[in-house]
Amino acid sequence: MFESLQEKLEKAFKSLRGQGKISEKNIQEAIRMVKLSLLEADVNYKVVKDFIEKVKEKAIGAEVFNSLTPDQQFIKIVRDELTALMGEKHEKLRFTQKPSPIMLVGLQGSGKTTTGAKLARIIKSEGRKVLLVAADIYRPAAIDQLEILGAEIGVTVFSGDRRHVDKICQEGMKLAIGSLYDVVIFDTAGRLHINEEMMREVEKVREIVKPDEVLMVLDAMIGQDAVQTAKTFNDRLAVTGFVLTKMDGDARGGVALSIRSVTGKPIKFIGVSEKIDGLEAFYPDRLSSRILGLGDVLSLIEKVEQTIDEKKAKELEKKLRKADFTFNDFLEQIRQIQKMGSLRSILEMLPGGSKLKGVTVDEKQIKHVEAIICSMTKKERANPKLINYSRKKRIALGSGRPLPEVTKLLDNFENMKKMVKKIGKMGPKGLSRLPF
Amino acid sequence: MGFFDRLKEGLKKTRDATFGKIKTLLSFSKIDAETLEQIEELLITSDISVSTTEKIIRGLKDKMKSEKSPTQALKRALLDLLEGDAYLRVPEKPPMVISIVGVNGGGKTTTTGKLAKRFKEEKKEVVLAAADTFRAAAIDQLRVWAEERAGVPLIAHEPGADSAAVAYDAVSHALSKKKDIVLIDTAGRLHTKDNLMEELKKLHRVIKKIIPEAPHEVLLVLDATTGQNGLAQAKKFLETVGVTGIVLTKLDGTAKGGIALSIKDELGLPIKYVGVGEKIDDLRPFVAEDFVNALLEGEDE
Repeated sequence: MFESLQEKLEKAFKSLRGQGKISEKNIQEAIRMVKLSLLEADVNYKVVKDFIEKVKEKAIGAEVFNSLTPDQQFIKIVRDELTALMGEKHEKLRFTQKPSPIMLVGLQGSGKTTTGAKLARIIKSEGRKVLLVAADIYRPAAIDQLEILGAEIGVTVFSGDRRHVDKICQEGMKLAIGSLYDVVIFDTAGRLHINEEMMREVEKVREIVKPDEVLMVLDAMIGQDAVQTAKTFNDRLAVTGFVLTKMDGDARGGVALSIRSVTGKPIKFIGVSEKIDGLEAFYPDRLSSRILGLGDVLSLIEKVEQTIDEKKAKELEKKLRKADFTFNDFLEQIRQIQKMGSLRSILEMLPGGSKLKGVTVDEKQIKHVEAIICSMTKKERANPKLINYSRKKRIALGSGRPLPEVTKLLDNFENMKKMVKKIGKMGPKGLSRLPF
Repeated sequence: MGFFDRLKEGLKKTRDATFGKIKTLLSFSKIDAETLEQIEELLITSDISVSTTEKIIRGLKDKMKSEKSPTQALKRALLDLLEGDAYLRVPEKPPMVISIVGVNGGGKTTTTGKLAKRFKEEKKEVVLAAADTFRAAAIDQLRVWAEERAGVPLIAHEPGADSAAVAYDAVSHALSKKKDIVLIDTAGRLHTKDNLMEELKKLHRVIKKIIPEAPHEVLLVLDATTGQNGLAQAKKFLETVGVTGIVLTKLDGTAKGGIALSIKDELGLPIKYVGVGEKIDDLRPFVAEDFVNALLEGEDE
């Protein structure tokens, strides 16, 4: 939907090529591009204004490095400034007491309950004993929701009398102390920052549980109003950090910049999937690229590293070099890519990937390929040359795919092998990139 | 500070945030560069997109020819954008099938419950379909609305069941029992998840087997706090399942829901209902004039 900032800037700077300095005059268009890009990413209007001023100051008169074009130089300034504002490293949870209480607060529908369970899962996996306390007595079935999620991850959920928030929290705290829990997470009800009665209720919870962390859960799709909401919650509850949810959508997440500049508090986690393991540590430097529409190359690299087993990759590299890559290896590859998430989400992390928005990636196609390979015998997978017409027919029947599709896959596989041979001659550097 | 003082103070704060800072921006008398920038800020901070904002400002200049005050001109320009029919498409033969769709956390289940109550008060026979079989306890949540709050029958299967089957059962139940309206509460899904969007398409395809024109209305529930991404959401849901209108929820906060105006502007989708509170009666038919007035309630610095 949006042209990436990179492309816009390239255009704006075309006239600038060959000039050694960035000046107020030749920068005007570029500044406007950045402003629009930030507004389209939902960064708050006032925050954008301040930010633009700062960038202008830094950029005007800046020498353009030999190795960079003026647009690259400018992007670098913008990016550095963004990163400076957002903080540089991941900020971890602090556990200063035992049990260490964590409160989750926020507007309705931001994802507190889901986040509570996801967070409990992470903390549990670190070897800590964790308790969930269901303090949302208002939304119908909110407590049931937390109980179901708790059962799924094997974490106890305390809901007391299910009617009095104070009492639930007091008793929850008591239970955590008595049963030697390390961490206790309080899932509070969603509330509007201007609802005085509800804000007082959550203030009281804060007094009761004296939390180490008060995490405000915010929907990444939130717009300009985020500033007002976050500011009020922070003023009343001394928030210690934020969780940005639904980051697996295509919202650019400009809210991250707004809340950071208004409250000075870090974002600690981001929600990246509906599934129970879809909560990740937040790395500020990577989001700058997303806000600017530059693609998130870093995250992609990390994802690839995490998913692809190094040893297997090495083995594969060897095989590739010898060009005895078989369908068994291919199947392995497909499955590793699937572990990384949907193809679409991977493509979107690449610079310019946002351009693919109109393109529908057919996830089913991969499933089809998988089905075809699985319908081959072990011998056929190891030696595709064996596959004659009658075998093809059997494979098509077995996988439920039309015959031409089987033929096409076999052809593509042969072509790929040829390509691999060529790259193989380029030396190990060319190869190490291939697994992806 | 005593308890009552705090209470008073608190209430004052609430009032200030919602009603106190009214129309300071509207006192300007001429349109100069500074005023235009103020207007731009007002519109953009309401989450109206940059391109719609530019369009409104052009419209404002045009309206200045016929309107006396800039305030009136701006209001007219905004109302022009919102013009159009916001009624529900009622079929000749009942039941009318309404599918409630949207991203996670927008307020679909609550909206479904409130709509059920509203229709029941209009003496309509309503059936609810709990087609969100994914989110933990979503069915229980809708059951509370159906049984305790709205008093209407609920068709539900087990959690994890096929949502299309739930919808199919609800529609065939409504047809055989001669009900007036079926409300289908679907699971929240991000518009970027192709497989989940396909699933929604399938749900609609399946109910067409009973009533070819169904669903007669596909209402996209949009949280008023949503920023520019609302446009991407509406676009994708419109393309995939033919959304017919917007329900703008959570307008009782300080968010203005301006992205709904951009959606109307760029995609032609009307706002049909607005949610202005948590109580069951707080879902109301959309009134453009009220929406515009709320947008123009500027804030003091």
